[in-house]
Amino acid sequence: MSPLNHPHSKSLRVDQLPHIWCQGCGLGIVLHAYADALEETGLDLDKVATISGIGCAGRASGYVNTDAFHTTHGRALPFATGVGISRPEIKPVVISGDGDLFSIGGNHLIHAARRNVDVLVICSNNFNYGMTGAQFGPTTPSETKTPTSPYGNIENPFNLVALVTSAGATMVSRWTVMHPNQLKRSIKRGLTKKGFSFIEVITPCTTGYGRLNKMSPLDMMKSLKKTGKIRKVLPIEAICDPATEIILGDFVDIEKPTYNEVFESLTHRAGVAL
Amino acid sequence: MAEVLTGSHFVHGDWACAEGAIVAGCRFYAAYPITPATEIAERLAQRLPRVGGKFIQFEDELGAMASVIGASYAGQKAMTATSGPGISLMLENIGLAVMTEAPCVIVNVMRSGPSTGQPTAGAQGDVMQCRWGTHGDIEIIALAPQSVQEMFDLTIHAFNLSERYRIPVFLMADANIGHLYESLKIPETDRINIVDRRKPTAAKGEYRPFSAGEDLVPPMACFGDGYHFYATGLTHNERGYPDMSVEAQDRLIRRLCDKIRRDTTRIEMVEEHFTDDCNVLVVAYGITARSALSAVKRAREGGIKAGLLRLITLWPFPDARIEELTRCCVGVVVAEMNYGQLVREVERAAMRRVEFVPKLGENPHQPEEILAAIRRAGK
Repeated sequence: MSPLNHPHSKSLRVDQLPHIWCQGCGLGIVLHAYADALEETGLDLDKVATISGIGCAGRASGYVNTDAFHTTHGRALPFATGVGISRPEIKPVVISGDGDLFSIGGNHLIHAARRNVDVLVICSNNFNYGMTGAQFGPTTPSETKTPTSPYGNIENPFNLVALVTSAGATMVSRWTVMHPNQLKRSIKRGLTKKGFSFIEVITPCTTGYGRLNKMSPLDMMKSLKKTGKIRKVLPIEAICDPATEIILGDFVDIEKPTYNEVFESLTHRAGVAL
Repeated sequence: MAEVLTGSHFVHGDWACAEGAIVAGCRFYAAYPITPATEIAERLAQRLPRVGGKFIQFEDELGAMASVIGASYAGQKAMTATSGPGISLMLENIGLAVMTEAPCVIVNVMRSGPSTGQPTAGAQGDVMQCRWGTHGDIEIIALAPQSVQEMFDLTIHAFNLSERYRIPVFLMADANIGHLYESLKIPETDRINIVDRRKPTAAKGEYRPFSAGEDLVPPMACFGDGYHFYATGLTHNERGYPDMSVEAQDRLIRRLCDKIRRDTTRIEMVEEHFTDDCNVLVVAYGITARSALSAVKRAREGGIKAGLLRLITLWPFPDARIEELTRCCVGVVVAEMNYGQLVREVERAAMRRVEFVPKLGENPHQPEEILAAIRRAGK
């Protein structure tokens, strides 16, 4: 397709397509929803910065036609914090994966939520480290077989929705890539909301997790449709078990002063020079 | 409170560093508390909100360093300060700053290591870490202050170099200087040279963020200005996009290193005492250089033609000057507060063995210890 004809020629770097993701992977759907949301909200793209960490999901920033940065593993949020604090007119958006954000970058995530940094985090959760070959991670269900848990995962997974809520996030939603319209709606809300917004997107890793657990790409997508259930529950009750049920929906949407707003009032307290 | 506190002050080195940063234009500081660098954070927590800057205390040094790169890309002059254990945590992101050419300043107020070591004890044990700590082929700039005045002056210079070359610049202080109280003179603003990064002149659609001219340093746009550019820690082409070809790696690494290697004569700074006719050369830096100068003067009084080469830039290392000065010397002495680090570089540059005076534990060298080494080397 000619770059000029591409439906997202405004919000994506169409000359960088096709993307690197595998067939059947849902990360393209996440990117699509983000591109749609960027265009539909009518935000000034000069004032959006897309930042990602390492891993499959981390490659998203390279396809987005805003200022964009591909950081080291786990450090997308502190980089975004540096951008958003030093230039408050810029809205940082972090697009990354569950391993990047909750394992190696987990400490930054809870602290960015605690500070209420004005940032939107879109976390693709595929229940494993896809880029390195489907090893278990902080979201992998117990007993799952992976190359580094050949006898079954002996650890317990995080519930991302419950975790970020308790850390202080002001907006928390969960969707799957089989719910692209709801996902887009939440991204639009997060783009315009002030504060730490978090969207978890369940997406299949067909090449890694799926192949090792004998699930075809189509089965994985179908299973998201089947297990994904939209319910109004407390974040702590938002179960995320790909074998039984994945509770979806908007769980938190509250107002709280952002880090920048509080810093602004501190500046007045400190007194300004000159 | 004014932005620049022109006048005379009796302060410690960490305070001087913080004020130097403000004068240089630093408006973003991120750090995690650590002895003996905490006083820099405390001063900037007080000062930055008053001059339109941002101070943030991070959850760890990994985050602090990453946020400094973010602020740098958003167009700010940004700094962090820490000590050895903090640098160990920052190293991966220091490599990211080198790779993405993010101007920034990293202050290391060195304490005794390895590991937790002696947190309040000054040392010079991180001088090779700052050169080689992050993985891959890099060039780096590191400056070593020997006084409170230089904590101020060299912090400004570190910002200027980082903006000029788009590289992280280390200020390698030691705890002895960081905590030392002595007089500081802050000049009038118009007498201080400030360098700002070069902005792109290309039209927004034409901007190639990693395309450099003859000086090999690409002009730098910042986030929010409408250039919509991309940067990555992956090997990249001139447009900033990942490129996994052999040619891309070769081209990028050569440029990143050569922008410094080609300009070493401009970057290198040394101070020389009695080197015109010396036949024993002492090489030292930081707090140690003060003891060394005293030792050299006493050697002269005793009839030994000793001279001092004080390194102000540790990196790039002044190979040529050392080679030149040591050519006609009978002996060479190196004193540093570690168990043998820059001495190896001196031996390499001078192409000979040298008399080494190590020092471990918090007390700087006594001039007598260096004097004894001068006598041994002069025989």
